[in-house]
Formats: sequence, structure tokens, C-alpha cells
Amino acid sequence: MLTYFQIYLFIAFAAITAFYAYRGYNRIYKNIKLGKPENLTDNPSQRLRNMLLVALGQKKMFKNMTPAILHLMIYVGFVITQVELIEVFIDGFTGHHRIIYHAVENIPALRSFYVFTISFIEVISIFVFIATVAFLTRRWLLKVPRLNMPELQGFPIIDATIILASEIYLLTCIFSMNTADMAMHNGEYGFLVSGMLMPLFDGMTYTSIHYVERIGWWGHLFGVFAFLCYLPYSKHLHILLAFPNTYFARLTPKGYIANMPEITKEIKLMMNPDAAYAAPAEQPAEPVKFGAKDVFDLSWKNLMDAYSCTECGRCTAACPANQTGKLLSPRKIMMDTRDRLEEVGSKIADNKGVWNDDGKSLIENGYISVEELRACTTCNACVEECPVMISPLDIIVQLRRNLIMEESNAPAEWTGMFANMENNGAPWQFSQQDRLNWVKE
Amino acid sequence: MLNVKTMADYAAANEMPEVLFWVGCAGSFDQRAQKVTRSFVKILQHLNIKFAVLGSEESCTGDPAKRAGNEFVFQMLALQNIEVLNGYGIKKIVTTCPHCFNILKNEYPSLGGNYEVLHHATYLQQLIDSGRIKLTDTAAFKGKKITYHDSCYLGRANEIYEAPRKVLEELDAELVEMKSCRTKGLCCGAGGAQMFKEDEPGKKRINIARTEEALETDARVIAAACPFCNTMMTDGVKAKDKQAQVKVFDIAELLAAGQGLETIQL
Ligand code: SF4
Ligand code: SF4
Repeated sequence: MLTYFQIYLFIAFAAITAFYAYRGYNRIYKNIKLGKPENLTDNPSQRLRNMLLVALGQKKMFKNMTPAILHLMIYVGFVITQVELIEVFIDGFTGHHRIIYHAVENIPALRSFYVFTISFIEVISIFVFIATVAFLTRRWLLKVPRLNMPELQGFPIIDATIILASEIYLLTCIFSMNTADMAMHNGEYGFLVSGMLMPLFDGMTYTSIHYVERIGWWGHLFGVFAFLCYLPYSKHLHILLAFPNTYFARLTPKGYIANMPEITKEIKLMMNPDAAYAAPAEQPAEPVKFGAKDVFDLSWKNLMDAYSCTECGRCTAACPANQTGKLLSPRKIMMDTRDRLEEVGSKIADNKGVWNDDGKSLIENGYISVEELRACTTCNACVEECPVMISPLDIIVQLRRNLIMEESNAPAEWTGMFANMENNGAPWQFSQQDRLNWVKE
Repeated sequence: MLNVKTMADYAAANEMPEVLFWVGCAGSFDQRAQKVTRSFVKILQHLNIKFAVLGSEESCTGDPAKRAGNEFVFQMLALQNIEVLNGYGIKKIVTTCPHCFNILKNEYPSLGGNYEVLHHATYLQQLIDSGRIKLTDTAAFKGKKITYHDSCYLGRANEIYEAPRKVLEELDAELVEMKSCRTKGLCCGAGGAQMFKEDEPGKKRINIARTEEALETDARVIAAACPFCNTMMTDGVKAKDKQAQVKVFDIAELLAAGQGLETIQL
């Protein structure tokens, strides 16, 4: 009876999770598709290499050793614990208990391998525990500057803490489950760490130990399901998006800022007016908009960048403008882009898939301010630092284009500079005829 | 008065130079950068390299406009420049400005301007490697500390970190690194058209922060490879009232001095 009840409960949980998780991930997918097309599929072997080195191999993390090692512990732990989850799932669907163990218990080599695997997971889990505590300490006690900046106040810092806390919760569940299981079977499994923890249950009745085992098992499973549903609302989505995001990262040199073909066309017409007379009817149906004012104007890759951001702040810590007290923080550029995209996405969803202009945009409106955009030196320090190959600079330049070319919103010195460049081919007011004056010593 | 030939001169004589020297706006008009232009030209002439400049046919590459967000002004200038360059059939360009280098190399091709573009750090390093540059006057540098300031547009933008350092190593000086260097090099504050406007409100100017890092190394010389970095660091040293102890030079000036083509007071 109880077994069947548990199977139904498991299936119900799994179905609810699948429903909510699908909704969450589908939302992200749809929102990313609101961006403009950009072809990033050339050179697949280089792309694959980036993905393997940077996402799987964590290459860029190792610019900074302490967090890199702590992060690696959690990352490896996270991946390896999934192995145990396979058995948990089969048990859940079939109502068995440790189905794999019982299948192999009479084959010594496989049995030892099973015991080794679980023991290995247990040891790794200890490391995960240490790393999690270290991360909480860095964030809350040591107050590492990049983890305590204004843009993290409110949900972001809670989000970070929720994940770290649930890490500890999951570990507690796993160890209660394994240790109780060991105690119930007089240590027959021979797991390493839970074997050592067994004495904790001395003096408890078999029934109560069994309860502990079930609570651990269900608790663990519930944690995993909740995590899956929570992920698309969290910066921890990067554990999935880091892979496509590094794969589709631009392969051009960091100094390259793409040219705008729509402008080339207009200038060619200006330089060669005959061509303009030849094809006067070719007016685009919609007036071309230069630069980006809102998330729709950015490319899908910019939007995927926004969802991939880990909010780690490595970019901001390296940003010369931020270091010298300017308002600009490249991390905030990414977070604002994501938050605006979420706002737009949910308005579209509420409106049955149709977008009605809400009179807001990504510039100002509580998102990215003109002052922030003006402070960037285009130095690429943020791009260089990002562990998941995000480019905050690419978004900054596109928003700047909108300010200058659509809004004519430039500081007076820039307006003068543009005029000089147009009139005398230099940012200063010198005559082009004098360009060779330097030959006179 | 240096005797420098323009592309128009070469074309009139129906000749082609080995390389076009793209001087850039700073190199043409900024008094400090003009000195760097002259040092670089002296090196080229000393080695009998056939080079030309565009002179009054050169325009700004459009970099500050592009980075500020004015793609119109950028492309207008770029398309004009490309017309001139292609008209002369230019194949190879060297420039003393990392901003010109980056934009000519990376952003001109899709507008129809395809050239082999070198920054003078790489160009000078190649001349050293091939044995054409021989240093004769390095006594002034012996044992002196030099620190190299990475230009963003040379370093992170185009991953050129070693060439300028190799050039400096020739001087027999002691090369010391700042707290942040190479991929982590701190910007001087000039890029993205910041050079041409007031800073946004903040606690400090970026060039001051970078100068502080340079001063921490105790170096006699801050070596730059960019006219804008040069200005920013010079201003920073002045603001810190250290101009008597610390000098800012371009790598071309130092290398010219090492060949006895310039005199430098350290
Ligand atoms: S490119 Fe701009 S945002 Fe990025 S680090 Fe440099 S100044 Fe900061
Ligand atoms: S953009 Fe990259 S470096 Fe910056 S916070 Fe996000 S993940 Fe970290």
C-alpha cells in the first residue's frame, strides 16, 4: 500500500515539476528569441573548443584561484551527485529501494564499484559543503566588495543565498538518507562517510531510523525538483546557459565592433547621388532605427548573455570606470538588460503574445542611465574577465548609438568633436592641410 | 625639417613604397605625439625603409566617433579613407596609434578596405628580430627601471602583449610590471572617446589611478605605445607632481634613443 502511495506521489511530483520547469525554460527561450537575428555558427570547431575549455573546463575562472577552486568543488560535486540521482529516480518510479545495488550485490566487482561510487559522491559532498560554507562566508562575513555592490541589493543577494542554503539542505538530505540506510542495514553497504556518521543513530529504533531515511530521500528529491523549477528565475541558470553562451560567443577580436550595413548603404547613396536618383522608390516600409533603445533592438546573443550572467561581478571589479567611482557597472548593464527583458516578456505573455508599447525602454526608466553609458572607455576589461564570455560592451555601444544617432543626446564636447571630424577630418579643430606640419621640428 | 615623401609624391614618380605610415590625428597634430611620429620616422629613415605618408589626404579613421556611437561619421570617414587607400593600391600599413591600428585592421575590411595592418610595436619587433635594428646607445638605460603600460586597443582588443615588451627588452633596462598588466592592464581612461570630453562624476580620474600603479613600481620611465595613453599618463604624472623623477615615453622614442637617433634625458 505504502509503496504504491509513494510511487503515485513521486509521479505526481515529477509531473508537476515537468510542467513548471517547461513553463520556465520556455519563457526564457521565447524571450531570447525577441532579439534580432545574428549569425554565430561559423567555425564550429573553434566554438566547440571555447565551450569545452570555458564552460566545461572553467578556464576563465582560474584567473582568480580561491573562488575558482571553491567553485570547481561545487561544480564537480553538482555533476557527480547526479549519478546517485539516477538510482533515486528509478527507485521513485518503481517503488524499489536501491535497485542498482540489489541488482549487482552478488557480483563482487560491480558491487565494489557501486560502493566506491557512492562513497566517492559522499567524499565530494564533504568538499561541496566546505566550499558552500566558504562562499557564504565570503558573501556575508568577509563582504568581498564585488559581492556587495548596490545592484545586488534585494533579490540578487537573496537568490545567491537561497542557492547556497539549498546546497546545504541537499547535502543534509543525502547524508541523512545514506547514514540512516546504513544504520538500518548494520552498515552492510559499506559507504565511507555515512559509515562514519552511523553512530549518530545509536539507540534509535529501527522505525524512527527508517523515517529519517524516508525524510532524507523525499527531502532530497523535493530539493532537486524545486531547484529545477527555480533555476529559470535565478542567476544560477548559468549552469545550463554557460554552454550555449560560450559556444555562440563572438570569435572576432575583442577590439572589433561590427559595422552597421544600413548606414553603409545610406552613405554610399550620399557619396554617389546618381545612384539615389536611379532607385528613389526603395524606401523601407518601416523607418530604420539606429542603435538599440530596447531589448528588441539587441541581438538574441545579447539577450542570451543577459540570461547567462552569473552576477559574479568580475567585470565590474575590473572596470576602470567603476573602480574610480563612476556610476557604470558592466554587471548592472547585464542585469538591467535581463530585468527589462523579463518585464517585456511577461507583458507579452499577459497580453496573449502581443506586444503593446509600454512607453518604457532599456535606457533610463530605472534601467541603464545615460550617465552610465557615457562613462565607458570601451577598454574590454569586462569582456576579458567574464567567465562565461559575455560582452557588456557590445550592449553599451548599441545603446550609445541610439543616444547619438536617434536622440542626438551627446555631451557638447562630443558634438563639437563630430563636427570637426566631418569638416576637417580630425577630432580637433585643425586644418587637414596642416597634417604634415610635424615634419618641422 | 624631416624629408618625408607622400603617396602623391610616389605616385607622381610612378613608384610604390614598401609601407604606408598612417600617422593618425594625434601623431599629426598633438605636440607630444608629433615627437613620437618624428622618432618613428627617424628609425625608418635610418634603416632606409621606403615609406610614404598620406599627408593632407589622410583623415581621422573615425575611431572616436564609432566608439561614441556615431556610426555615420565613422563610416563617412572610413569610406573616404578607403577610397584614397585603394586608389593608391596600398597593401601594407604601419601606424603608431593602437586605435588607428584596431579600426584599420578590424573594421575597415567589411567596408572594402583590406590591408596588412601593423602597429609600430609589432613592426619594430620584426625589425629587431630580423637584425635590422641594432642598438648602439643603451648606456643611458642600463639598470634603469622601465614599466610598460598596456594599451587596451593593443592588448585586450588585439592580444598584442609581448611585442612592445620585446622592444623594450632591447634597451638593457630593467622591465618592471605594474600591479595590473597584460590581460588585466588598467585602462588609461582615454578610450571610447573619453579623451574628448569631461569625465563622468566619480571619485577619481582613471589616469590618476593608472599613474598610481605606475608610480608604485618605482620606474624611471613609463613606456607607452599609444598617443592617448601617453597624454593620459603624462597628465597623471604631472598631477602627482612627479615629472622630475618619472618620464613618459613612447617605445619608438626609446628605441630611437637606443640607436642614437634621439637624445633622451633620464
Ligand atoms: S569596456 Fe566599458 S564597461 Fe567594460 S570594463 Fe571597460 S569601461 Fe567598464
Ligand atoms: S557579465 Fe560575466 S563577469 Fe560580469 S557579472 Fe555577469 S557573469 Fe560575471
